[in-house]
Amino acid sequence: MQSTESLFENIRKDFPILQRTVRDNKKLVYLDNASTTQKPNQVIDSITDYYQNHNANIHRAVYALAEESTEAYEATRDKIANFINIKNRQEIIFVRGTTEAINLVAYAWGRPHINEDDIIVTTEYEHHSNIVPWQLVTQEKHAKLEYIGMDDNGELILDDLDKYLATGKVKLVTFSLMSNVLGTITNAEKIIEKCKAAGVLTLIDGAQAVPHMKVDIKKLGCDFFAFSGHKMLGPTGIGVLWVRKSVLETMVPFQGGGDMIREVHKYETTWNDLPYKFEAGTPNIADVVGLGSAIDYLTKIGMDNIREHEIELTKYAIEKLSEVKGLHIYGTKDMSKRGGVISFNFADVHPHDVAQIIDEEGIAVRSGHHCAQVLMERLNVAATSRASFYIYNTKEDIDILVNSLKIVAKVFKL
Amino acid sequence: MSGNADIYHEMIVDYSRNPINYGEIENHDVTFHDSNPLCGDSIDIDMKIDDNKVTDIKFHGKGCAICMACSSVLTEITKGKTLDEARAIEKNDVLSELGLEHLQAVRIKCALLSLKVLKSALYTYIGKNLEDAPDADKLKEEAANLY
Repeated sequence: MQSTESLFENIRKDFPILQRTVRDNKKLVYLDNASTTQKPNQVIDSITDYYQNHNANIHRAVYALAEESTEAYEATRDKIANFINIKNRQEIIFVRGTTEAINLVAYAWGRPHINEDDIIVTTEYEHHSNIVPWQLVTQEKHAKLEYIGMDDNGELILDDLDKYLATGKVKLVTFSLMSNVLGTITNAEKIIEKCKAAGVLTLIDGAQAVPHMKVDIKKLGCDFFAFSGHKMLGPTGIGVLWVRKSVLETMVPFQGGGDMIREVHKYETTWNDLPYKFEAGTPNIADVVGLGSAIDYLTKIGMDNIREHEIELTKYAIEKLSEVKGLHIYGTKDMSKRGGVISFNFADVHPHDVAQIIDEEGIAVRSGHHCAQVLMERLNVAATSRASFYIYNTKEDIDILVNSLKIVAKVFKL
Repeated sequence: MSGNADIYHEMIVDYSRNPINYGEIENHDVTFHDSNPLCGDSIDIDMKIDDNKVTDIKFHGKGCAICMACSSVLTEITKGKTLDEARAIEKNDVLSELGLEHLQAVRIKCALLSLKVLKSALYTYIGKNLEDAPDADKLKEEAANLY
């Protein structure tokens, strides 16, 4: 068996983009993985192969290509079921990404089930995609949106949840499994246990967690789960929504059109079986195939190995960044409670200026509010710089990042 | 350091540390706020206008060094100008002052946020206070098309 270390050393060869240089012939140090990840040849090739050899619309025609294309599309559904432990493949719906998944739930579950004065609970460290859809539906229904607060360590204050659950008005508690800004891993088991006791449904935004750690939906016991393909080596424009069948059966269609119907008459329509009732129109077949290859790739490495690799990198990065005078890191330093995402601010230098100066050194970090303005308000900052890691990052990448901050310090006379 | 990071010369850094005309005008005649949805930079401009002349101007808000330096320079340029002169300020008047003519597209928004706010403030003032302002709408359009 290959050692973990050499396993990760060889990974970089699979990513053509990591071979290129940027700016002034600098090695690309890609540290914006919480935003999107790079793609290995295996994923790129599978999409090319699909278009070159198997392209046809699915679920309809009887000819050979259509059969191959349908098989490839449906094979990914089975891979997903295995990957995050879902028993029933009918509960897996392909969507554009996490944002569309949550909007689908807000529309197709929320609108028929949320009534006046009901409460939807989210958290202070959510991405806008797990806030705005709930603002839209609660405003329409004259319901309320409440927030589980966050402590100074970047962890949720679960007493807030108790307070809302005690009202008996909560219909749904929705939260991300890992914060895209702080990397905090949410204590999902505890939240779900409390919600189950109160008969309240739970939605998990798994966009940041699924690419980086073993996720077991059956063990979690939530009711809705969403994630995106492009943050886990897959192509953009494809994501997954899982909904427990008993809940899925109470939902109205999200979009009407082809593929989602059983029979259409002039004035009435009956719906197709699950999950097709929620997959209207020709889906993103090629990218579903690409997502399947990404899952194969990750499975081969092993999610536990990936988590271990990222803990190692994050620990190293926090240690090195902490030595930089004037640099403030947000969130917990307890590795068991955080993923490979580090948000920081450097003295009084604006994150945009930090990002621009270190971009000249070939470093790609994100600067801004990271689509989490509610969290920025809570942290009382306009923006942060964020470095986020993945399987192809190395300690050398982190050394380059830390060294580049010396240039920032020099320019801004820190 | 080379290329795009060259923009961080002494003047930019100094302005970002010690912005000029930073603050609020209590009894302003017009105020306007805008923000950049992509990065969260946010700028307010207050103006005192007497006899169709900008007699005082201050800005406040949050932004990067580029945004702060350009806001400082813009308020310096604008102070003392007539409304017509202020309306005629163009993006290169600000950018050239700081050697930012070749700023990359992604940062131009940082540099011109304050000019957008200024144009919108002038539009608001002219629309509200001057009866004979048939081309006030042009200003709004100008502000919208800055970047």
